[in-house]
This record gives sequence, structure tokens and C-alpha cells, in this order.
Amino acid sequence: MTHIAIADQTAHLHHPKTFIGKYIWSQDHKVIAIQYSVTAIFVGLIALLLSVLMRLQLGFPGQFNFITPDAYLQFVTMHGMIMVIYLLTALLLGGFGNYLIPLMVGTRDMVFPYLNMLSYWFYLVSVIVLMSSFFVTGGPTGAGWTLYPPQSILAGTPGAGSGIVLMLLSLAIFIVAFTMGGLNYVTTIFQARTRGMTLMRMPLTIWGILTATILGLLAFPALLVSAIMMLFDATLGTSFFMPAIVSLGEPLNHEGGSPILFQHLFWFFGHPEVYIVALPAFGMVSDVLSVHARKNIFGYRMMVWAIVIIGGLSFIVWAHHMYVSGMNPYFGFFFATTTLIIAVPTAIKVYNWVLTLWKGNIHLTVPMLFAIGFIFTFTHGGLSGLFLGNVVVDLPLSDTFFVVAHFHMVMGVSPIMVLFAALYHWFPLVSGKQLHTGLGKLHFWGTFLGTYAIYLPMHYLGFLGVPRRYYALGDTSFIPESAHVLNEDITIAAIIVALFQLVFVANVIWTLRSGPRSVRNPWGVASLEWHTPDVPPVHGNWGDALPTVHRWAYDYSVPGAKQDFIPQHVAEEDVEYEAGGRRSGEGE
Amino acid sequence: MASTPAVNTKSSYWQSLVTDWGADREVFKLSWGKLMMWIFLLSDTFIFSVFLIGYMNVRMSATDSWPLTSEVFALHVGGADIPLLLIAIMTFILITSSGTMAMAVNCAYQRNKAATFKLMIATAILGASFVGMQAFEWSKLILDEGVRPWANPMGAAQFGSAFFMITGFHGMHVSIGVIYLTVVAIKVLRGHYDEKGFQIVEITGLYWHFVDLVWVFIFAFFYLW
Repeated sequence: MTHIAIADQTAHLHHPKTFIGKYIWSQDHKVIAIQYSVTAIFVGLIALLLSVLMRLQLGFPGQFNFITPDAYLQFVTMHGMIMVIYLLTALLLGGFGNYLIPLMVGTRDMVFPYLNMLSYWFYLVSVIVLMSSFFVTGGPTGAGWTLYPPQSILAGTPGAGSGIVLMLLSLAIFIVAFTMGGLNYVTTIFQARTRGMTLMRMPLTIWGILTATILGLLAFPALLVSAIMMLFDATLGTSFFMPAIVSLGEPLNHEGGSPILFQHLFWFFGHPEVYIVALPAFGMVSDVLSVHARKNIFGYRMMVWAIVIIGGLSFIVWAHHMYVSGMNPYFGFFFATTTLIIAVPTAIKVYNWVLTLWKGNIHLTVPMLFAIGFIFTFTHGGLSGLFLGNVVVDLPLSDTFFVVAHFHMVMGVSPIMVLFAALYHWFPLVSGKQLHTGLGKLHFWGTFLGTYAIYLPMHYLGFLGVPRRYYALGDTSFIPESAHVLNEDITIAAIIVALFQLVFVANVIWTLRSGPRSVRNPWGVASLEWHTPDVPPVHGNWGDALPTVHRWAYDYSVPGAKQDFIPQHVAEEDVEYEAGGRRSGEGE
Repeated sequence: MASTPAVNTKSSYWQSLVTDWGADREVFKLSWGKLMMWIFLLSDTFIFSVFLIGYMNVRMSATDSWPLTSEVFALHVGGADIPLLLIAIMTFILITSSGTMAMAVNCAYQRNKAATFKLMIATAILGASFVGMQAFEWSKLILDEGVRPWANPMGAAQFGSAFFMITGFHGMHVSIGVIYLTVVAIKVLRGHYDEKGFQIVEITGLYWHFVDLVWVFIFAFFYLW
């Protein structure tokens, strides 16, 4: 040992005294997590509002004067970018990652709390820069969330002046923030676990977050570099991504660049990004399902390997987003093959979730409802992904609403179902109060059924050939009247689903203000985070001594044991068995 | 159990590998700071790889001819153009600085603070002179040759764009490294690490060697190709 294990020493923890030190410039991972979550949910609500505005235009074209074609494109772009980066990535890793990692692996804090604090403040700056683009001349960029050049920086695209520059700057700042946080998460999980917490005893949540963070650290560089190059194209007039272009009869001052290069760089980041969002969700949903089915997760080892293999494969499938961009057919063959291979570990996970429920003692609590809802939405989104992974099927369906429906099911709705499951599940730990069950169930059914009302018809629109991102369809001969009716129905469903999210907001506010205090560990969870001396945990998490872990995180309904779960830190000799009950060995 | 059947060897090998790797509290026998620097450098490797791949791609897609680097980067010394002279000197300086850095790490573990300080400052000075020569190279290209990020009288505009972007990003890394080295060197001298141990010198060294290594690749792919 070349260093002192500071995890075991309380003396190094600097307890802040003032309000500002405790809650604003806080280095406590739990406060940082809440800061991250509140900011992410706030921008998420803005993105939700943008999606409603966008749907209003699609459902009722021409009825709303303030939704100009430019504004519509800006709504589409900002909705996508905010949801993927500033809500999902930030909430899953910055929010839940920060809160759960130290508690689940049994440390007092992240290994570098100061860097962790900086991570949040950089994230906040990136959000402010992004939001400021709403207030500059020309507004935010309307290039679509993929920001494909050359159109994203050419006059004619909304926000081609300052909007795109602010977007790229904001992304660069976000990546700096993510790197600072991500280095902390990986190092904490690798090096600062408590006694007995071996890698193969970690809850799957931690495995998901760990793998997703590593993906982020290796994938975000591609986005950072492409953002820098496009920033130079937009501001200095370089031609990294700009070919020779004649615009309105005038040749532009660019030549010799490669727009396809941007697409490759973007998707080299963009595809791992799907799993940066999905893997933490996979992990958390595994834990929620296991707890609320009172049964150990089925095939823990396979679940871990599936997460790791999905993470590895996600780096060699990126060009399946680019089948229509044109590429050597052999590359199409390669990327189609790798894409379909990734379905194997993913299917293993789905089977294991279902088998976890099999013969379980299923409690239909609100988190459980959302978790089961996730299995449905994810399966649907995943199956349409199998279609799109094939080149010949993708070519006609690409850039239609089928693609929109597919990726919203698989990486929009599904991670959000898990996020809600996680919010309802861990809310008593974070706040000491339990969200109202009735309102929660109302929220679930509205969201779950509503998303199907939105996205199932969208698949059909895609088969009809209705293109995505179009401002209005007009009188296009191949699009039947029924498509327009369907678009109206989808918009109405979208508005209803958006309103149902207000139920959640109201539930949170009401619970925080006047909800009853929750009992300690209301769901009967075995993993470490619910077994701190104080609930909600205080700075330093573990009081005088770190816990020692004796088992995996999934000892539920152990035959013969008196309690239906055995916490991770309980030693075998301390487990109470019923008289004559069968003794069980280690969980593994 | 020595009599384990041979059939099982393969799976037990992998299982014991995983168990050994995962069973400890720490996956790597490294301190937190050192591991974090390694992971950061891995991430940074991807950044520079993408920069170089992007450069190679625009070099392929550029419609104008690519300038001959041996002519562009030649110095006129004693009545003759010597190709790549300045770059050769810069590369030599940077690699020398890696040597002084390695010596500084060695002295730090021997707890020889004065020698560590001197060697780290020497490394920083070598690094600063590298950045200075880069500034000279930039000004020569901009003022004498008329190369701009967006235009290049000698051929493809992407030559200037990629050159300023990549060497600029690398020069920024060297400059940050010079500041980092100076701060750590002063802290070493003031006895800041007497109790904590001098591993920070090695961590700083990791960063410095990485910046040198990246330069070797930039040198090979941009200047020699």
C-alpha cells in the first residue's frame, strides 16, 4: 500500500458550518446529487413544454401563429438536445450516480469531493449558456439535435449565427463537467469500496453507472472535438465539415471539407450515448424489480456481463445511424451485424428481468409499476430497433416517424420510466418522506398508457412514409387524410401525458411540504444505501465506522430466515432463522 | 485441489481471474489520484486520436493540394533551407524534458526536495521554451507565409485549420503542464507533501509524459507525413 486508506478516517472530512457551505458550495455528494437532479428536472420540464409546442404544430398545422417554421425547428432541436444530454445524462449520472455510488459501495463521499462540486457548477454553466441561446438574435439553433453540417451553420437555418455557437459552447462545457464527475465515479467505484464489497457484490445500479461513465469518458471526446471543429467552421470560416457550396447563386467561402466526417464523429459519440442513458437505467430497474418482487435478481452474473458487453459493443455500431448517408456496402453489412449482435446481451437482460418476477412476491407499488412499465416500453422499442438495424429495412424507414417512435420508446420513454421508478423508490431515502401512492399510481397509468397512445400510432405514420422534422405535410398525395387525423390524436395524447407529469410535480411539492414522515427503509431493501445510521443520511454517511459487507445485495426471501430480506452488512452468524428452518449459504 | 479435472481448467481460470480482480476493495494497486490521472489520460487519448483522425480525413477530402511539410517547416540557416529544423529542436527539447521529469520523480521518492524542485523547474522551463518556439513557428507561418486557419496560399485551406487547431490544442496542454509543474514544484519545496508523500510528483509526471507522447504522434502524422 503506497497510500493511506482515507476512506476509513473521519478526521479528513471537512464539515461545513454555514448555510452556503452546506447547501450551495457543497462538497457533499448527496447535496450535489440533489442540485444536479433539480437542475436536470427543471430543464427537462422546459424540454417537455417544447415538445408540446412542437406537437401542437404537427397536430394542428396553421392554427398557432406564433409557431413559425423557424420556431418549430428550434423547438424540435432544443427538445432533443435537452432531453438526451441535459436531462437524461445529467439526471442519471450526475443525480442518481452522485447520490447512490458512495452510499451503495459504502464510502463517506466521492474520492475527490471538490472536483465533484466543480462538476455541478460547470454543468450549471452549460445549462445557462444553452438557455441563453433562447434570448439571442436569431434564437437557438434549429438544425436538429444531430447538428449535421453544412446546414447547421449556414444562413437559412434558424439560429445559424449565435444559436449554434452557444449550443456548441454549452456542449463543450457540459463535457468538461461530465469528465470531472465521471473520473470521480469510476475512481470511487474501483478504489473506495468498503470492506467486503467485492465487484461481484455490487448492486447492478452501480454496475450500470460504472459502465455508462466509462462509455461517457471515451465517447464524449468525439463530441468535444467535433464541437470544436464546427465552432471553428462557424466562427473562423475554416472548412473541416464544409464542402464547396453554392448558396442562392453565390459560391460560399468554403471548400474541401467533409460533412460525413462530422456524422461519423457525432455518432461515435451518439451511439454510446444511447447506452450512457440506458445502462444506468438497466441497473436501477434491476434493483427496483428485485426489491419489489421480494426475490433475488435472476442471473446476477449474466446481468453484469451483459452490461459490460453491451458497453463494449456500443462503440462499434455507430454507423447504423448513417445507412442513408452512403457508405461502402461491406461497412453496412458490418454495422448491421454488430447492431444485431447487441440484441443478444440486451435480450438476456429482458429475460432476466421477467424471470426475476417469475414466482416472486410482487408488490405493485408505484416504483414497481414503473419498472414493469419499463419492461414493456423497452421491449417494444428494442424490437423496432431490430428492424432498423437492417440496412434494407432502415433505408425506407429512415427519417420517418417510425424512427422517431422507435428511439422515443427505447431511449426516451424507457429511461424515463426507470427514472420515475427510481424517484419514487429512493425518495424516502433522500427526503425522509414517501410520495403519495394514489397520485403516484395516477401518474403511472397516465404516463404509461399515454406514451403508447403517442408512440404506437407513430410507427404507423412511419410506415406510411410521413417524414420526421417536417413543419407541415400540406397536401402530399401519398399521405392519406387519416394520417392527419392520427397526428391530431397523437398531439392530444401528448398534451394529456404532459399534464400528467404535473401530477408528479404536485406530488413532490405536496409531500415535501406536508407529507407524513416515512418509516425507515419502507420497501425493505437489502442494499447498503438504506442502512446508514441516519435516514436521510448525513454528511459522512456512516457515522463512526464504515459498514462491512457480508453478502450480495439481493438476499430477499431467503428460505428459513425470519425477515424476508437480509441486509448486505449482516454477517451470517447474525441472521435470525426460524426454528428448524433451512440455513442458506452465501447468496451467490 | 490439485486433482481438478482438466475439463474445468478454462472456466475456472476465467472465474478465478474475475474473482481475484473483483474480490479486493481496490481494483488497481494505485492511489486514488494516480488512477484518476490514468483514466483522464485515457479519455484525453481519445480526444487527440479524434483530432488526428479528423485531420487525416480532411487531408483526404481537401480538394487543393496539401503543402509539402518539409518545405513549409524549413528554416533558412546559413544560406540553405534545412527542412524540419525547428521541429527537430522542439521535439528534442520536449523529449529531454521527459528525462528531467523522470529524474524529478526519482528524487521525489528519495525525499530530496531541493533536487526535485530544481528538476521540475527545469522541466517547466523546457516546456515553456517549447511553447515559445511554437509561438515563433506560428508567427512565422502567419506573418511570413500568410497561412490562416481559413486560408492557405500554399494549397489546401485545411492545412492551416488542422495545424493551428491540433498544435494549438497540444500547446495548450503543454502550457497547462508548465503551470501544473510550477505549482507542484513550489509546494514540494515548501514542504506541503512532507506528510502526504511525494506521489503527486509522479502523477504530474504521468501527465507530462503523456503530453510528450502525444507530440510524437503529432510530429509523425502532421510533420513527417
